[in-house]
Amino acid sequence: MKQVPDTATLIRLQPGAKQIETQGIKWVINPYDEFALEEGLRLKERWGGEVVLVALGPARVEEAIRQGLAMGADRAVHVLTNDAVELDVWLVAQALARVCREEGYDLILTGKQAVDDDQAQVGPLVAVALGLPQVTVVVQLAIDAESRRLRAERELEGAIEVVEAPLPAVVTAQRGLNEPRYPTLPNIMKAKRKEVRTVAWESLGLEAAPLVRIESLSLPPARPAAKILTGDPEEAARELARLLREEAHVI
Amino acid sequence: MPEGIVVVTPQEGGRVRRVAYEMVSLAQGLAPGAVTAVTFGPEAEATASALGKYGADQVVALNGPAYQRYSSDGFALAVQALIDHVDPEAVFFPATAWGKDLAPRVAGLLQAGLASDCIAVTRGSDGRLQAVRPIYAGKAFATVSIQSQRQLFSIRPNIQAIVEHGRAGTLLPFTPSVDPSAFQAVAVEVRSQASDKPDLTEAEIIVSGGRGIKAPENFRLLEDLADALGAALGSSRPVADEGWVPHSYHIGQTGKVVSPTVYFAIGISGAIQHLAGISGAKYIVAINNDPEAPIFKAANYGIVGDLFQVVPALTAEIRRMKENA
Repeated sequence: MKQVPDTATLIRLQPGAKQIETQGIKWVINPYDEFALEEGLRLKERWGGEVVLVALGPARVEEAIRQGLAMGADRAVHVLTNDAVELDVWLVAQALARVCREEGYDLILTGKQAVDDDQAQVGPLVAVALGLPQVTVVVQLAIDAESRRLRAERELEGAIEVVEAPLPAVVTAQRGLNEPRYPTLPNIMKAKRKEVRTVAWESLGLEAAPLVRIESLSLPPARPAAKILTGDPEEAARELARLLREEAHVI
Repeated sequence: MPEGIVVVTPQEGGRVRRVAYEMVSLAQGLAPGAVTAVTFGPEAEATASALGKYGADQVVALNGPAYQRYSSDGFALAVQALIDHVDPEAVFFPATAWGKDLAPRVAGLLQAGLASDCIAVTRGSDGRLQAVRPIYAGKAFATVSIQSQRQLFSIRPNIQAIVEHGRAGTLLPFTPSVDPSAFQAVAVEVRSQASDKPDLTEAEIIVSGGRGIKAPENFRLLEDLADALGAALGSSRPVADEGWVPHSYHIGQTGKVVSPTVYFAIGISGAIQHLAGISGAKYIVAINNDPEAPIFKAANYGIVGDLFQVVPALTAEIRRMKENA
């Protein structure tokens, strides 16, 4: 699970900065990771077992972890990083894979991508690091505990692909998989007492050499002011059609 | 010294999606060295001449029994073997559901850096490749470089013109030795969601509706316009959440991110998450009865008015233009 800026955030950049301006940002659980957690909770309700939340990031991530625990995760592991370390998806995936290996697993669930860096890589990279099969962008998941296999539907462009794989496996969640629950007040109280094991990034002994390096950030160029077309609907429509033909060349 | 670019693409019935031609064209423009396309499954070799025409110097068709059905782990090992064999500088994947599943798997095996969903790949002054990729769904852009010897990129559809190179695209025989037991996750079925419309992420024109359409049945007006234009249909998030349209229509930061030539935002106010998802559109057309709607700030053309009058008038006008053309 990753903590990300709320999707309503207006992104600001300092000149020359390689990270966004984080002052005043509201941090939330990555929306796709909420679907993953919800699916884990439902599987636990059906089959028993334990849901362990694993998150990586600075101290602020604790808030997201408590929210995840309030949704119903049993306990959590927080890989605590400091801002001096230049992280990329590769390093994050290696760290998460190590924690997963220590914890043990039948199934590893995560979001199809984080809505901040949009890389959509951590799930598959964790799968490779642990030698597991993967199914990404999953909108429906069925587990057969007897045969220890899964059957998942994943979303392609204009199609649904049904994938079967043995457990353990990595599954990444897409919107539509489920409707995440809201934490209840008693569960929010309970979450405060649940175990959060902190693992210092430094203790993992990973060499901080990112494979993908950000050279610079920029904002999208401003669009020229809109041409507002006036007149009655027919006139406006005619003028718009003309512009689409003569300027956008699409008709 | 690694040289050339490998382009990894799916195919179906001997045909590839347009993004495959975009990738080989992009690769041909960047390479010293050969552009090698690899594709999988029955009739894979039939793609050679078309891929060659747009820039592939050689085509590897993995059409053995193991490659008849997609398997992320099996295919990734085969791509890894091919990359070891060809020794390219870079590898391109399409930033589609298929490519975004396979690319990180290959990156993990190669321990190589992968930049996802790139909208530009150029050669930097140091001779290495550089990519621009949207972050925060397009609210910002990152220019990235890859530090590993192999440089992997997934390429967003619609960002590169296809260029005819008039080559033949010779078939390169190659049989990776991948243990059949490695094909663990296997696609057992693909259900096509019957639609005569282009896919959102590849569409040149998108007609998209929001709360302003007032009721699900009114989406028909947008369908008529989309039919007239040959456009794909999309929606804002509230309309998808209400169940008026499938989730797959939802465009925005937590839905599809699109880059059409023209995007019609009809009855869409323009929440920041929605604007992020459409920032790659070349032209944005806003039709909304609220002149203060934020969508007008993002739009190139705006009509402040009643969509129930404007949209049918526009559909009729476009039909008339096309008939007269």
